[in-house]
Amino acid sequence: MSETQAPPAPETSATKPKDGIGSIGQKFLAFGSLIALIVVFSFLSENFRTIGNMMNILQATSVIGVLAISATIIIITGGIDLSVGTAMTFTAVTAGMLLTWLQLPIPVGVAGAILMGALTGLASGLFITKMRIPPFIATLGMMLVLKGLSLILTGTKPIYFNDSPGFTSIAQGSLVGQLLPAFPLPNGVLVLFIVAGLIAYILNRTVLGRYTYALGSNEEAARLSGVNVDAWKMGIYALAGAVTGVAGVLIAARLNSAQPALGQGYELEAIAAVVIGGTSLAGGRGTILGTLIGALIMSVMTNGLRILSVAPEWQIVATGAIIIGAVYADMLRKK
Amino acid sequence: MPDLIQMRGIDKSFPGVRALRSLDFNLRAGEVHALMGENGAGKSTLMKILSGVYQPDAGVIEVDGVARRISGPRAAQDLGISIIHQELMLMRDLTVAQNIFIGREKRNMFGVLDEAWLNNAAAEIFAQMKVNIDPRAIVMDLSVAQAQMVEIAKALSYKSRALIMDEPTAALNAREVGELFAIMQRLKAEGVGIVYISHRMDEIKQISDRVTVMRDGAYVGTVPAADTPIGQIIAMMVGREIGDARPIVPNLDAAPKALEVRNLSRGRAVRDVSFDLKKGEILGFAGLMGAGRTEVARLIFGADKADSGTIAVNGQAARITSPKQAVALGIGYLSEDRKHLGLALGMDVRANVGLASMARFIDVLGRIDEAGLSDAAQDYIARLGIRTPSDSQEVRLLSGGNQQKVVIAKWLLRDCDILIFDEPTRGIDVGAKAEIYTLIQALAADGKAIIVISSELPEVLRLSHRIAVMCEGRLTGILPAEASQEEIMALATQRDSHTGDAA
Repeated sequence: MSETQAPPAPETSATKPKDGIGSIGQKFLAFGSLIALIVVFSFLSENFRTIGNMMNILQATSVIGVLAISATIIIITGGIDLSVGTAMTFTAVTAGMLLTWLQLPIPVGVAGAILMGALTGLASGLFITKMRIPPFIATLGMMLVLKGLSLILTGTKPIYFNDSPGFTSIAQGSLVGQLLPAFPLPNGVLVLFIVAGLIAYILNRTVLGRYTYALGSNEEAARLSGVNVDAWKMGIYALAGAVTGVAGVLIAARLNSAQPALGQGYELEAIAAVVIGGTSLAGGRGTILGTLIGALIMSVMTNGLRILSVAPEWQIVATGAIIIGAVYADMLRKK
Repeated sequence: MPDLIQMRGIDKSFPGVRALRSLDFNLRAGEVHALMGENGAGKSTLMKILSGVYQPDAGVIEVDGVARRISGPRAAQDLGISIIHQELMLMRDLTVAQNIFIGREKRNMFGVLDEAWLNNAAAEIFAQMKVNIDPRAIVMDLSVAQAQMVEIAKALSYKSRALIMDEPTAALNAREVGELFAIMQRLKAEGVGIVYISHRMDEIKQISDRVTVMRDGAYVGTVPAADTPIGQIIAMMVGREIGDARPIVPNLDAAPKALEVRNLSRGRAVRDVSFDLKKGEILGFAGLMGAGRTEVARLIFGADKADSGTIAVNGQAARITSPKQAVALGIGYLSEDRKHLGLALGMDVRANVGLASMARFIDVLGRIDEAGLSDAAQDYIARLGIRTPSDSQEVRLLSGGNQQKVVIAKWLLRDCDILIFDEPTRGIDVGAKAEIYTLIQALAADGKAIIVISSELPEVLRLSHRIAVMCEGRLTGILPAEASQEEIMALATQRDSHTGDAA
C-alpha cells in the first residue's frame, strides 16, 4: 500500500514526478524517532535500558496498541471511531458477565467479548451507511451509549474474574518466557503482535482490506465501479469492532476485572498513536506497522519520563507536543 | 437488427434545472458516435443515465431491442455498458492494477487476493493498448495523461459492448490521442459501439461516424460526420437567437490601462497569456470548460502562483502572491462558486457587504460600528437595487441575483477598481440576469475595469467590448465586440497539437 502522502495535486499540474524516497522517508521518520527516543533515554538512565523495563513498555503498549489498530482500520476508510474506548470497556463487561456471572468457560467469554465488539462496530456501521450519520457523530453517540450501558449492566461496580483462574494469563503470563527464559515477552504483547500481523494481512492481501483503502481514497469511484460500498463499510466497522473486543479481553485480563467506569479517553490515545504512525486522517493510506510504532513512541515517552522522575503532568504535555510535532514533521517532509 | 442502444424520450430534472427534455439517442454496434453540445447542454447527464449513475425521470432504454432498467453502475456493466468519466474517477492511493479491477478482484474463498493475477491481467491490457504503464505503480504518482490511460484500460477490462468516453482526450497530447484513436479503431472493428464526447472539431471529424448535437437538454439532430462541414455542426450547437443586444462600445483610446498581463503561465493550465484591460472596459473571456479562464483569473487575483509572467496594475508592475495583495491593489474576484466562496450565507446582508472592509468599521477595541456598517449597506442596497426586506436579512434567503449583487457590493465597498466576474449569472434566472448585465455595464461606464468570464456565449456577446478566447490554456485570439458565435467557437476549439508535450 501507499506510504506516500502528497498534498492533493492541483488538477492542472501535468506531471508530478514522485520519488520513491517518500515512502521510505515516512517509515524512517517514525521509526527513527522511536529509536532516537530509546537511545536518549538509555543514555540518561540505566534503569531504562533493562530487559525488564523494555517488557514493561511493551506490556503498557499492548491494550492501547490493539485499540489503535482498530482505530487505524476506520481511519483508513476516511472515517473516525470515537467509541473504541468505551466499546472496549463494554466488551470487557461482556466477558465478565459471561465468565463470572454465567460461569461459562474462558474461550466462550473471550469469543463473546470479540463478538460483542463486532456487533458494536456493526451498529456504528449501520448508522453511518443506512442512516447517513457522519462517522464522528455516529461513534460519538455510540461512545456514550456504550459507556452508559456498561455502568447500568454492572450497577457501576467492577466484575472480578476470580472464578476464572487462568483468565489473567491471557495478558500477564508469558508463553514465550517458558520457551526462552531470557526473553519473557508478556502474553498481552504476543496478542498485540498476532492481531497486528493478522490485520496487516487482511489490509494488504484481502478484498476487505482493498476496499478499506479504496473507500478512504475515493468512495465515489469505488461506488461507480460497482462496489457495494455500504455493505463493505459495515463489514469493515464490524472487523474493527472485533479488534476492539480483543482489547477489551486484554484490559480485563490485565486488571483481573471489568472496570465499567474505565475507557473514555482511550479513544483519543488510540487516535494519537495512529496519527503519530503516519496514517492520514483524510483516509486512503496508513499502515499497521506505523500505528505500532506510533503506540510505542507514546509508551516509550511516558515510561522514560517517569523513570527520569518527570512529573506525570509534564508527561501529558509531552504526549500532546509529540502529536503536534509528529504531524508537522510529516507535513514538512511532504512539501 | 435492433441498435445496440436505443434511448427514447429521456427526461431528467435536478432541483431547479431541467437537464434533459424528451431526448432520443441511439448507438450502433461498431460505430463511433460523437455527442456534441455546448457546456451544460446535458451530454454528461445523458451518458450518466446510460451508465446507471442517474435514473431518468421518464423514458425508455433498450439494449439489443429489449427495454432495460439500468439501476446502477453494476447493472450497466452487466449489460456491457461502461463509461470513462469526464473527471478522473480513480483511487489515488491504490495501484494501477488495483484500480482497474476494483470490484472484480480475483480472490479465493477466504477473500485473499491474487495480486499477481491482477498485475498480469492489467499488463495484458496495457500491452494491447500499446501503452507502457507499470501495473504496480501508485496512481497518484502518474501524470494526468497516464491516469487517463488507466481509466481507459479499466473501461476496456470490462470487455464492454458499449463504451462511453466523456472528453477522454482533455489531458492527452497529440501522440497519446493517436494511440487512443488506434485503440478505438480496433474496438470498432470488434463491433464495440463507442459514444465519444469531445469539444475538439478536428477529432470529431477524424474518428467519428455520426454526430448527434444537443442543446439546452434537447435533441437537435444527428448527421454523418464525414459529409457535414464543421460550420454546420457549430451552427447546430449554438443555434440560439441572441437578438441584437450588443453593447455600445465606448471609445477607450484615451483611457488609461488598468491591467497589463504579459506572458502569464502556470503548468499546462495557463500558457503564455498576455492582454491589456483599460479603465471602463469590459473584457469578455470565452472558451470551453477547462480552457483555463478561471485559472487566469486566479493567477491575477493571487490565489495561485504563476510559473512565469508579469502583471502591471495601473501602470505599476505588481507582484501579487496572495488575494490580500490583490485586494489591496483594488482587484476584486467574484467567484463562480458564489455560495461557497463569495458569501457567508448564514449572515445578514450588512455583514456580507462589510466582510472585506471590516477594518473600516471597527474601533480600537475591535467593536463593530453597526450603525456605520448599516449605512454603507443601505447605500449599496439602494444603488445596486438589491431586493431585501432590510440590511439584516440573512443572505441565504435572497434570490440568486440579489445574492450576486451583495457580492458586488462587497467589492465596491472595498474600493475595487478592477472587477473579475467569473460566471456572474450562473444559477440566476433570466430576468435577474438582465439586471446584473445592466449593473456591470453601469460599473464600466463609471470607470471600473471589468473582466467577465462566461461559458454562455450570448452573455459574452451582450456584455463584452472585446472578447478574449481561450483554448487549452492559451489565449487563441481577442475579437472585437461584433464577433460572431461561429468565430468564437472556432477559436475556442482551435487545438494546437504542437504544444502538448509528453506529460
